[in-house]
Amino acid sequence: MNKFEFAVADSIQTALEELNEHPAAAKVHAGGVDLVGELKHYTAQPDIVVDISEIPDLKWIADDAEGTTIGASVKLIDVIRHEAVSKKHAALQEAASVVGSPQIRNMGTIGGNLCQRPRCWYYRDEAYHCLKKGGDECFSVAGRNRNHCILGGGPCYIVHPSDCAPALIALNASVALQSVKGKRELPLEDFFILPESDATRENVLQPGEILTYIHIPAHAGKSAYIKFREKEGFDWALSACAAALEFSGKTCRSARVVLGGVAPIPWRVRSVESYLQGKEITEETARRAGEMAVEDAMPLAENANKVLLTKAIVKQALLKLNA
Amino acid sequence: MPDKKGNHSEIPDGVSRRSFLKGMGTGAAILPALGKTVEAADLENRFGPEPAPITLTINEKIYHLQVEPRETLIEVLRNRLNITGTKVVCDNGSCGACTVYLDGAPVYGCMMLAVKAQNKQITTIEGISQNGKLHPVQEAFIEADALQCGFCTPGFVMSMAKVFEENPKASLIEVKQGLAGHICRCGAYAQIFKAAENVSKRNGG
Ligand code: FES
Ligand code: FES
Repeated sequence: MNKFEFAVADSIQTALEELNEHPAAAKVHAGGVDLVGELKHYTAQPDIVVDISEIPDLKWIADDAEGTTIGASVKLIDVIRHEAVSKKHAALQEAASVVGSPQIRNMGTIGGNLCQRPRCWYYRDEAYHCLKKGGDECFSVAGRNRNHCILGGGPCYIVHPSDCAPALIALNASVALQSVKGKRELPLEDFFILPESDATRENVLQPGEILTYIHIPAHAGKSAYIKFREKEGFDWALSACAAALEFSGKTCRSARVVLGGVAPIPWRVRSVESYLQGKEITEETARRAGEMAVEDAMPLAENANKVLLTKAIVKQALLKLNA
Repeated sequence: MPDKKGNHSEIPDGVSRRSFLKGMGTGAAILPALGKTVEAADLENRFGPEPAPITLTINEKIYHLQVEPRETLIEVLRNRLNITGTKVVCDNGSCGACTVYLDGAPVYGCMMLAVKAQNKQITTIEGISQNGKLHPVQEAFIEADALQCGFCTPGFVMSMAKVFEENPKASLIEVKQGLAGHICRCGAYAQIFKAAENVSKRNGG
């Protein structure tokens, strides 16, 4: 790890000013789990680390008739244990519960979970100067790629590592981003970007900008998150599915279905969403939805198994909501 | 001291979304993290890059020392303070060997900067025995021979002790969930679960 200065911000304003002074050389520390890993592997080499985990304004969960708002520095364990989350937003609760291990959920924050960098072994390995680090090759193309993407890939083939992101997108969440210049709010779905627009980052955050709040609008639906991990107790997703459905009686009125672990961004499958509208969720519709979800899949040499997995996981998520 | 179960910062309910988003009326409504000993305003808020003074509370003792911000909690415990019960194996947040409690919650000491462990109660494996008497989970490990090389053991003990603190009659499934962040390379899992079963039984589970 290189040397750096560490600044503990006591307000959003202090953090933003601090970041603004060193836009290119600063990194944000929330729970620190991902950042410390990055520092150890020199994928992050900041001169200054700005800690936002003590900022009181970012450590709230507020819930009212309009929805639920979560500060970026709220720890995952506190998201999991919050009544509004478990009662109203099952997909988020289920997703946060399968992030990492208990230790990671005690340390990691919801904002950090959305902003964490990918797990690609070439990216994480100092020896490879890959596209994501500003190099000119994605080593997964000709290399080992069983954990890489089957959808949305090129020129870099990472998968987005977040569990909470697909769940929150299924729940139609939006995020607030702040910098000294002001605040912008956008659907979480638009926060993430594909490598084809910029392989060096996974989202639209600008230098000096931080994700401050996540807002989930009130809804009348049911939601679920199903994740498949190679190591069941503690792993990133090989494939995951978040689904949020609204019903009238037994008929699905509207659906949002988002895949995790299979694309460089949380992958919304609109074809499945429109297919489910007006249907009852039966074995057969759920199976068909699973097939549709991977219709555009282009697996790499080693990850065709993700296609089968994803079919099964989409089906499982939908049937869970019907039960 | 951290409380028995909670040990996480309190988040006030019922704060309206609008006042929340505007960041108004903050101060008074915010509860400090449990076990916090220093007011936020007193925080020395800039450290390093050269060694800077920090204060850590470890097993109820206060230590004043100089560290660089890039030093992790486990490095400081082992290399600067010679508190070596807690081990390092992967140094990468995957194996659980370095598990300590921060305000009562298990965390990975290798993935936490020491500067971030200030104003918190740190508990290491040395801190869970009481008056020279081993913790019941430690006793159960010895009895079930739940180790070979022993490198993973302090970490496993910390997480298992936490599971039984939260539910004295914890089931095997709860134990497995609580231990999910640990790896035993010697593969002593069967004996580790046997130890857990014995603790649970003794507690009437
Ligand atoms: S040494 Fe920290 S998790 Fe392995
Ligand atoms: S006893 Fe050797 S790693 Fe667990």
